[in-house]
Amino acid sequence: MGSVDWGLALDSIGPLVGGAITGTIPLAAVSFVAGLVIAVAVALARLSDNRLLSGLARAYVSVIRGTPLLVQLFVIFYGLPSVGLTIDPWPSAIIAFSLNVGGYAAEIVRAAILSVPKGQWEAAYMIGMDRRTALRRIVLPQAARVSVPPLSNTFISLVKDTSLASVVLVTELFREAQQIAAFSQEFMLVYIEAAAVYWVICLALSAVQGRLETRLDRYVAR
Amino acid sequence: MSPADRTPLLTVRGLSKSFGDTRVLADADLDVARGEVLAVIGASGSGKTTLLRCLNGLEVADAGTVAVDDARVDFTTRPAPKALHALRDRSAMVFQQFQLFPHKTVLENVAEGPVVVQRRDKDEVRAEARALLERVGLADKADAYPHQLSGGQQQRVGIVRALALRPELLLFDEPTSALDPELVGEVLLLMRDLAREGWTMVVVTHELQFAREVASRVAFVDGGRVLESGPPAQVLGSPEHERTRQFIRRLSHPL
Ligand SMILES: Nc1ncnc2c1ncn2[C@@H]1O[C@H](COP(=O)(O)OP(=O)(O)OP(=O)(O)O)[C@@H](O)[C@H]1O
Ligand SMILES: [Mg+2]
Repeated sequence: MGSVDWGLALDSIGPLVGGAITGTIPLAAVSFVAGLVIAVAVALARLSDNRLLSGLARAYVSVIRGTPLLVQLFVIFYGLPSVGLTIDPWPSAIIAFSLNVGGYAAEIVRAAILSVPKGQWEAAYMIGMDRRTALRRIVLPQAARVSVPPLSNTFISLVKDTSLASVVLVTELFREAQQIAAFSQEFMLVYIEAAAVYWVICLALSAVQGRLETRLDRYVAR
Repeated sequence: MSPADRTPLLTVRGLSKSFGDTRVLADADLDVARGEVLAVIGASGSGKTTLLRCLNGLEVADAGTVAVDDARVDFTTRPAPKALHALRDRSAMVFQQFQLFPHKTVLENVAEGPVVVQRRDKDEVRAEARALLERVGLADKADAYPHQLSGGQQQRVGIVRALALRPELLLFDEPTSALDPELVGEVLLLMRDLAREGWTMVVVTHELQFAREVASRVAFVDGGRVLESGPPAQVLGSPEHERTRQFIRRLSHPL
């Protein structure tokens, strides 16, 4: 093994961080927000009295969790064109990641809603609320507190999973790394550097998670 | 006021409810006049809570009617949500386990119903809520969260939350049985004051002293129906039925 090429290490930090800022982070953020919206909708469908609705939601979660994310991504980017539907790299990646997060987070949201005591629904009904208002003002805020730790984990996983977008030609952190590595032939150095950038992002997210939990904890006995 | 002056507020006829094969309410009848305080007593599992929950539609009975003021629900056919809502509008419940909203401050707990559901003016509601809290000695807790309060304080907030809805009828389900013994008094005293103010109350309770001294009438529930009811002295002192006698003896002399 040769000595470390510090010049290359320094030169590649710029493009790698750039890939994170223009690729990885927006990809993860947009997909997570869209995924959360899907998750709440799927969780509510799963909890509804309507058999068809809850069945569809259950099937959705099952398919998403039972198939690899990479395959989901391939179906959307490489599969759909053969049935006449061509989607660009960025939208493809966002669709795949959102649907994926939606499936996983739906179960988290559902469990969080179920963890709110029945008495809270009843107190909401007692003061005259209908189901929708009770959900929005009383139950979901309490469910949110419960779901912050598992949802944070989902988000952190998503940040790392966005590296898969490189295979559908989205320019993000990992694709930058691949290109620098191929060009310089310094595979070890460049990939470890890329790993370090992912790690720093995840450390920052964990810190945000901690602060969020403390904030939401203000009404919980400790 | 003599009972003759009193107009009926709550009328229950033939109320029945089963959970699966268990018949929990069996043809229960109940009358409560305006300004009356009815203490409901009875053994565990006799159906007191279920009866109370049917009065404001938290539980949907299988048969019978419940009327509060001008809202009348017939349970023979499954009632429309709107009908249940009308019933619920006229009463407010105080729960055994308080059920305050943990993510809202005391003031927000009290104002939530009037502001969000009844769409009353926010400032006016808040002023009224503060006055009510002041009344029950919790003015300084308005901005606290429920978990920062003692059980007795939480239940007083539960009562204030019910009062703020301006109901016609107050329903209490064993409001003191989740409290440490030394905190029971503060809640019962508040309830006694409400009774004196003329609130119409239905109170499920195991506190015989409260039933004797505060209630205008006592109803003994057994096997899902009201076996007997009357003035406290009569029902608690010389009950008509052997079952009532046994229950009262057990409650007064647990050993
Ligand atoms: N949701 C339910 N599903 C099934 N059974 C129920 C349900 N709610 C109550 N029951 C049953 O109905 C019976 C009456 O219950 P209820 O809570 O009305 O009694 P209670 O008189 O309030 O008793 P306690 O003094 O213990 O509070 C009990 O046998 C109880 O197990
Ligand atoms: Mg009960």
